[in-house]
Amino acid sequence: MQTKHFKILKKENLAPQIKLFRIRVPHIALKFQAGQFVVVRLNETGERIPLTIAEHNPEEGTITIVIQEVGKTTAQLGKMKEGETIEDILGPLGIPSPIKKVGTVLCVGGGLGVAPLYPEAKKYKEVGNKVISLIGAKSKNFFFFKERIERVSDEVLYSTDDGSSGHHGFVTDLIKKVLGRKEKIEEVIAIGPLPMMKAVSELTKKHDIETRVSLNSIMVDATGMCGGCRVTVGGKVKFTCVDGPGFDGHKVDFDELILRQKRFVREEKIALKCYLSTTTEA
Amino acid sequence: MSDRTTKVEMHKQDPRKRIRNFNEVASGYSAREAVEEAKRCLQCKKFPCVKGCPVEIDIPAFIKCIQEGNFKASIDKIKEKNNLPAVCGRVCPQESQCEIKCVRSKKGESVAIGRLERFAADWEMNESVPSRCGTSSSSAMKVAVVGSGPAGLTAAADLAKLGYQVTVFEALHSSGGVLRYGIPEFRLPKSVLEVEISNIEKLGVRIQPNVLIGKTFTIDDLLQQGFSAIFIGIGAGLPHFLNIPGENLDGVYSASEFLTRVNLMKAYQFPKYDTPVKIGRRVGVIGGGNVAMDSARVALRLGAEEVSIIYRRSKKEMPARQEEAENAEEEGVKFHFLTAPLAFLGNKENQLTRVKCIQMKLGEPDESGRRRPIPIKGSEFIMDIDTVVVAIGQGANPLLAQTTPNLRLNHRGYIQINEETGQSSIPQIFAGGDIVTGAATVIAAMGAGKKAARGIDKYIRSKVTCGEASIKKID
Repeated sequence: MQTKHFKILKKENLAPQIKLFRIRVPHIALKFQAGQFVVVRLNETGERIPLTIAEHNPEEGTITIVIQEVGKTTAQLGKMKEGETIEDILGPLGIPSPIKKVGTVLCVGGGLGVAPLYPEAKKYKEVGNKVISLIGAKSKNFFFFKERIERVSDEVLYSTDDGSSGHHGFVTDLIKKVLGRKEKIEEVIAIGPLPMMKAVSELTKKHDIETRVSLNSIMVDATGMCGGCRVTVGGKVKFTCVDGPGFDGHKVDFDELILRQKRFVREEKIALKCYLSTTTEA
Repeated sequence: MSDRTTKVEMHKQDPRKRIRNFNEVASGYSAREAVEEAKRCLQCKKFPCVKGCPVEIDIPAFIKCIQEGNFKASIDKIKEKNNLPAVCGRVCPQESQCEIKCVRSKKGESVAIGRLERFAADWEMNESVPSRCGTSSSSAMKVAVVGSGPAGLTAAADLAKLGYQVTVFEALHSSGGVLRYGIPEFRLPKSVLEVEISNIEKLGVRIQPNVLIGKTFTIDDLLQQGFSAIFIGIGAGLPHFLNIPGENLDGVYSASEFLTRVNLMKAYQFPKYDTPVKIGRRVGVIGGGNVAMDSARVALRLGAEEVSIIYRRSKKEMPARQEEAENAEEEGVKFHFLTAPLAFLGNKENQLTRVKCIQMKLGEPDESGRRRPIPIKGSEFIMDIDTVVVAIGQGANPLLAQTTPNLRLNHRGYIQINEETGQSSIPQIFAGGDIVTGAATVIAAMGAGKKAARGIDKYIRSKVTCGEASIKKID
């Protein structure tokens, strides 16, 4: 078994700064279940970052990850080419999503969150639920995975912040719209930026609809060893990496998490600046 | 034999210089110094020192070789029992193990057994003497080791020497466990660790990083993959928090996070290495063990202006090695004894700014045998601190046990074993080190790994001679 140096088999540009990588990691492809993630370290001097798995193919021995270039490591990964290898990938990590047949569910995705939302929606559909997907983006250029999401959904509604496509506004507006139909919604899964997951959770709490969110905390080891990813859920401290990443959205202290996500903003900027200054010269 | 009553001094970096770098503090004996120190050993008939060593190194024998200038013979003698001598010579608390039993310590200082062990190991590394090669054949029985810390590495090396085909599974991207992510470079250079680990690999041990047992594979998966026995040496890696207000403020680290960023991820070399670590001007480290000392000394080296150890008992009860506490003090770490934090206070950006503390007094001894700290009413006070490292101990990570239903645990979540053999409630599964005892020492974990290797060998032999169909030789 190979546990170091994983080959990139396919790379695809999905949207501005959003890229897909299909990587050969047979042992993870075999074990992955919706809701789980991997930790990746690109090379010897790299940091460990958590990335969600969007697709897996056990026969082919591959997993697919989708990244958005927001900092040094994602920018560096974004430059990697097919055939190159990633030094370390650990996984699958986290607790698989507890998906059962419940009736009608809303799968709400914002921005990059659509990638990890896809396996959840797929599983919801497979076990016999009616799936309504609500997908939001900044602008129409940022939509991706449309075909995939539509394939596993009974209905898909879109929104854009700038009104360039679909509803002009936020995914929360789409939720209100669906709730207005008086159809009983049993569960909501929301994945996206923290403010979006917070807004969705606040809205569904009013309507008393069970809501799961998938948190993307800052992690180091991602095996429960350091507590860097800790988050307050229902007044108790939980580690996102081993107790999550899925949690009851009505119990998560989003305000605390939003502040904790900014812990290394200054350092992240320095790292990106250093990286860009070396790569533009080359 | 030498008449001197004190150890030959070991050269250390000047404290003012060393707090600016991560280089090793103590530089080790020269050959001349080692021979001089070795000559202090009385070669006594009863060798009480050996009984103090958890892996029972033949101490008088290896020291005698140094006395005679036969360094190769000396390291060979050590390696009969200890597969990580360069590590142990550096990080063992010899003052409470081998050296406390030394006859010399009745009148003056004990023989510097640890320094001599380190000398022999370093000598071999510098001489680059070719190590012996793998002994296991492809027809050997397969044994899995979960965790590549001191317990796992020791068990793996001993099993390989017994002829087994050993695979070590490690969750992180590099091996060594606490030796890699916990103990800083200035106490244990990672280049030293790498040589020791590569020596173990030369015995035929395969180390597979990036495998988290319980997630990547379960224990059941390993049994199905044809491993005849499994040793679990996953340590006590779950950080304890104080559970007081403000603990999730920006600026509050667990010692595990702080040290992992610095040691494993080399955040002290940011931005050459990508992982950041943020350090404030005034750092408080909560706790009094070796992890607290390491954290405090790391904080100084990262450029903190003032570093304080905040410990709820008195100096006497501190579990840290005396030498490390002295090193910390020399480097300018301040000690606040009989002090406990009550709350972490922050500003509206969620940044830690102050710590509310209370004074303690000591009461009757508790179950640990140390006098229990009791808060003094009305003695609350505020310390200006912008970074806190919580180093109050670790517990058992529940991840592996959750996916291994029949594994019997004690009430604290540690694995229950037969003390003699290391065998758990599941016959094929053995365990040792911190996951059995709770956080202890490197050498105690190594001792447990040794015992379990013997236990595994005995178990597999009994199975084979019984001719049980479930276990057969793997081709």
